[in-house]
Amino acid sequence: MSASSSWKANQRRLAPWLFLTPGIVMFLIYVIVPIFQSMWISFYDWDGLGAKTWIGLGNYIELIDDDAFYTSFKNNIIWLVLYMFAVPAGLMIAIFLNQTIRGMRFYKSLFFFPFVISQVVVGLMFSWFYAPNFGLLYKLIEMLTGQGVAILADDRFVTYGIIAAGLWPQIAYVMILYLTGLNNVAPDQIEAARLDGAKGWKMLWYVIIPQLRPATFIAVVVTVIGALRSFDLVSVMTDGGPYGSSRVLSFYMYEKALSEYGFRMGYGAAIAVVLFAIMMVFISGFIWKMWRDETER
Amino acid sequence: MFPRPIEQASATKQWLYTIAVPVALFLWLLPLLGVAVTSFRPASDLAAGNYFGMPTRFAYENYLDVFNNTPMGKYILNSFKVTVPTVIGAVALSCMTGFALAIYRFPSNLIIFFMFVAGNFVPFQILMVPVRDLTVQLGMYNTWYGLALFHIAFQSGFCTLFMRNFIKSLPFELIEAARVEGVAEWRIFWFIVLPLMRPAIAALSVLVFTFIWNDFFWATVLTSSPDTQPVTAGLSSLNGQWIAQWQLVSAGSILAAMPPVLMFFAMQKHFIAGLTLGAVK
Repeated sequence: MSASSSWKANQRRLAPWLFLTPGIVMFLIYVIVPIFQSMWISFYDWDGLGAKTWIGLGNYIELIDDDAFYTSFKNNIIWLVLYMFAVPAGLMIAIFLNQTIRGMRFYKSLFFFPFVISQVVVGLMFSWFYAPNFGLLYKLIEMLTGQGVAILADDRFVTYGIIAAGLWPQIAYVMILYLTGLNNVAPDQIEAARLDGAKGWKMLWYVIIPQLRPATFIAVVVTVIGALRSFDLVSVMTDGGPYGSSRVLSFYMYEKALSEYGFRMGYGAAIAVVLFAIMMVFISGFIWKMWRDETER
Repeated sequence: MFPRPIEQASATKQWLYTIAVPVALFLWLLPLLGVAVTSFRPASDLAAGNYFGMPTRFAYENYLDVFNNTPMGKYILNSFKVTVPTVIGAVALSCMTGFALAIYRFPSNLIIFFMFVAGNFVPFQILMVPVRDLTVQLGMYNTWYGLALFHIAFQSGFCTLFMRNFIKSLPFELIEAARVEGVAEWRIFWFIVLPLMRPAIAALSVLVFTFIWNDFFWATVLTSSPDTQPVTAGLSSLNGQWIAQWQLVSAGSILAAMPPVLMFFAMQKHFIAGLTLGAVK
């Protein structure tokens, strides 16, 4: 009797924790704790099997003189900058498609299609598109300039070639965000602006884009995360080559820690910590904004 | 509506627009169409340099070849074995966490919520070494459940964000009325909130299905043999063996892409509703 009555009295206080516990436990074990473990491992020399040797900042000092690290880092910056192109491009396509002609729903879903496909498959598709001697793009360049370019075998172009492949699904994703956003733009404001003589670019810049802010925020978030997570395409299209020129930090980390090139868990963890630090700059920004939105309400 | 509806434009412009959309779509999907056509091209066409013309015949044997001479069937089965439990697990966990974070007010509520949100953004590589180590120690390396367990845990971050915001948008009066009636909290969850969550559960299920089916990184980190590898990792290793046999690479790619594509077309409304949650206020 007393047990059940104390449960009744306290259940509003205890219930949230009962609902939360399974989720929190799983998330702590597989996500939160490993972040700190990785930071810890980055101070060791460890092959993943034998004993760990504490080397303090040794791995980080080695990073400073590692040319491959700088190449990866530089490529990450290029990824981040060029990936942002997905945001205006997605907006343009969304505006182009925001009509109600017959079959439009079908067209929209086909435009969105690339996002549903695995990046492994996207990578293979673009490898075929770029393939020397018979790839569609190779042929096109050959036709225009008289000489084809093997994009994925040329260290000047390879990173750009992979980024273009990544942009394909990313633009599709941003497009769908903006299509939804455009659907919810207040029609009376557009009408009012039209009466004031606003149209075209002015209308877009002063009336539409401010109203699309929530969509833009999400588009920027997913694009930054997408750019920094670029692993699949690099792995499938070039395996980091030629001569490591298309590596990014996420790929280089994997290569060092878990591939035929070695099992240097400590060094890999140090690279991951650097990538995490870059990502944290953005994550803190997003969280700060979301936190403000939550507490303002 | 922005831009101005095309119906208000001149007849020529309308006509141009109805032509422009399919042309743009064709160009947009060119890499995909190229691969789809190549997957039906006989090997002899490729040897003769016929890369872009019509295939001389409809070579469906490429697909049979992929199924008979590679573990493709096995890979696809493995993908289902990882994906389906992950969808169920992550959605179930996040129904509960989302409910707790949306309905109850307690001091650490927002901190816990933002732990899930922030964790969902971290780069996979920062988790790689410890998660792989943990999976090996639990004896789950190279098993479908080792991979699924990680995915459930990681996806619960995004799913919690999604579910919590969805439940927040439900009318809170329903819950207050039930409490006044003395309904137990777990009954409120099970009989009042859960039925209202159906659209969110559907949206989240298709999204998580696609994310997990398309995952490549964790598949390569946590599995290693054709007996357990999902289709993304399998396709990548087959690609290494099929050097320049593009008709097979293409057929394999189309097969690997099929399930999420079918899922997308079957559940399109839910899929897009899920992806764009938060894009409007």
